[in-house]
Amino acid sequence: MPRSASTGAPPTRLAAALDVAARTLVAAVGGYAAAALNAAGLARWLPMPRVEAVMTGMLASFAVFALVAICAFAAARAGRVAFWTSAYCVPLALALYLAKHGGVA
Amino acid sequence: MKGGLRQSMAWLHTWVGLLLGWLLFLVFCTGTASYFQDEITRWMQPEVHGLRDVTRGAEGAIAYLQKHAANAEQWTIQLPGHRAVATTAFWKEKGETFANWRDHEFLVDGEGHKVEARDTLGGWRLYRMHFDLYYVPVLWARWAVGLAAMFMLVAIISGVITHKKIFADFFTLRFGKGQRSWLDGHNLSAVLALPFHLMITYTGLVTLASMYMPWGIAAAYEKPTQYYADAFGTADTPARSGHAVPLAPIGGMIEQARAAWHGADPGNIFIPVPGDANAVVKITRGTDEGMDTRGETLTFDAATGAMQARPPARGPARATESVMVGLHAGRYAPLLLRWFYFLCGLAGTAMVATGLVLWTSKRRQALPDPARPYFGFRLVERLNIATIAGLPFGMACYFLANRLLPTGVVDRPGWETHSLFIGWGAVALVACLRRPVKRAWVETLSVAAAGFFAVPIVDMMTTDRGLFVSLWHGDLVFASFDLLMFAFAALLAYGAWKVHNRKEAVRVRRKKEAIA
Repeated sequence: MPRSASTGAPPTRLAAALDVAARTLVAAVGGYAAAALNAAGLARWLPMPRVEAVMTGMLASFAVFALVAICAFAAARAGRVAFWTSAYCVPLALALYLAKHGGVA
Repeated sequence: MKGGLRQSMAWLHTWVGLLLGWLLFLVFCTGTASYFQDEITRWMQPEVHGLRDVTRGAEGAIAYLQKHAANAEQWTIQLPGHRAVATTAFWKEKGETFANWRDHEFLVDGEGHKVEARDTLGGWRLYRMHFDLYYVPVLWARWAVGLAAMFMLVAIISGVITHKKIFADFFTLRFGKGQRSWLDGHNLSAVLALPFHLMITYTGLVTLASMYMPWGIAAAYEKPTQYYADAFGTADTPARSGHAVPLAPIGGMIEQARAAWHGADPGNIFIPVPGDANAVVKITRGTDEGMDTRGETLTFDAATGAMQARPPARGPARATESVMVGLHAGRYAPLLLRWFYFLCGLAGTAMVATGLVLWTSKRRQALPDPARPYFGFRLVERLNIATIAGLPFGMACYFLANRLLPTGVVDRPGWETHSLFIGWGAVALVACLRRPVKRAWVETLSVAAAGFFAVPIVDMMTTDRGLFVSLWHGDLVFASFDLLMFAFAALLAYGAWKVHNRKEAVRVRRKKEAIA
């Protein structure tokens, strides 16, 4: 499945299987994490009554999930999607944690 | 991935589609049937006659509850929607949970009289199977269906990207060309109803969003119950005062509710602590009264019948959610649009079925030895037959059991449902054991066709509301149901006949090719 970018040699079966597993992991775990954190962030910080903010986050979350899942399989390398998903998720998770438990905002 | 975006999307589409295809077939079948949930329930309760009358139904139910359940903890009255006739009411005794609701349930017709109908869950069972499945804990089922829906969303998007010429596929259906025909069929059923598929998948996820995506609630609220109260209103039970006060006439409250809703009918009446001075009557607008399916709940003082202050209007996000759920369930849809929903649902079912068959059809030529396929190939092949022919036969068995099971059987609704799975299991067994594959297809499809053909016949023999009587009296609900059963029988028989003749077609073509 993966193209061996550097050498151009035909990929082995094991490499192909690992590549699919990595992409599946990024799509499922990364996709859900991004969707969940996005929903939580919108619920917390959208300037509207909180029940509305929670609902907005929920309604949008499935689109976020689908976006990450598609990117995980469309991108040339799974690692790249994992990087960008983490770059979105980690700061957001940190900010949410501080907002909820650290007394900020 | 290898060979760029389109190839990787094709790969994703194939495998995501295959893994969840069988579950999606069940979800599509039962969901499509659920667009006629009320009609199915009416057919499955032939003892209920007459026309719908919300007020008389409510009055009849209250009269019965006052007589037989005066000391109950709460009363619930589910009024018939525009396509239903019977009112369903039940009460809860002290200490019981909602799980016991069927212990104290009864039916009232449009005249306000209690009806003794056969015990059945009717179309509601199929509707619940659409997302609760059966024999498995409800939570697991909903997660499995949610996963399938998420896969389907990804499959649809990747399917669209995979497409080279989506407009041309709109007009392309080549018959009798093996794999190419399956691909055309798959494309046609998918592309023709693509807006529907996209809408139904996304809104389906939304119907259970607070279960799949509860993290916003956790981020903004201390307790989930506060969120549910904000979002959907509270169902607080008032404390008993101990003073008995009779209930004001329900008809007056229904009239006030109708006036508040510009003529829309109520769909549900909930009365906690009935008969007490503190009792209230909560009347919720019918779910089929608008595209926003989550109707407003009005609260009345049970003793005076006076309406309390109306709840504040919903914000745009909750209104959007209500419309999305409404679009999914299609309860608002008038008859023509309802048939369109039904056809789109059938197209979705066909899309899943053709996609599953396409997987094997595409790989058959590439087999090293076509007579002895590898295990995975055989498994997919057999599971396809078991599902595509088995589930429809199971549904026919569900309807047959409704007519054939004696009325006195303990847990009759349960046995109706078991019949569905017994029928399905029997076909699955044939599908797995019969050789060759072609024979398994022909036999299972024929059995399924026979099952649907039997439904109107058995109906004619066991009730006084057979097809000819229904047609004579202009009872379109019963007549349409019976005719649709014949139509499905014809469709499945056609399928069996096509498979039966397939080899000849190939041979003829080969001969032609040889001549050319």
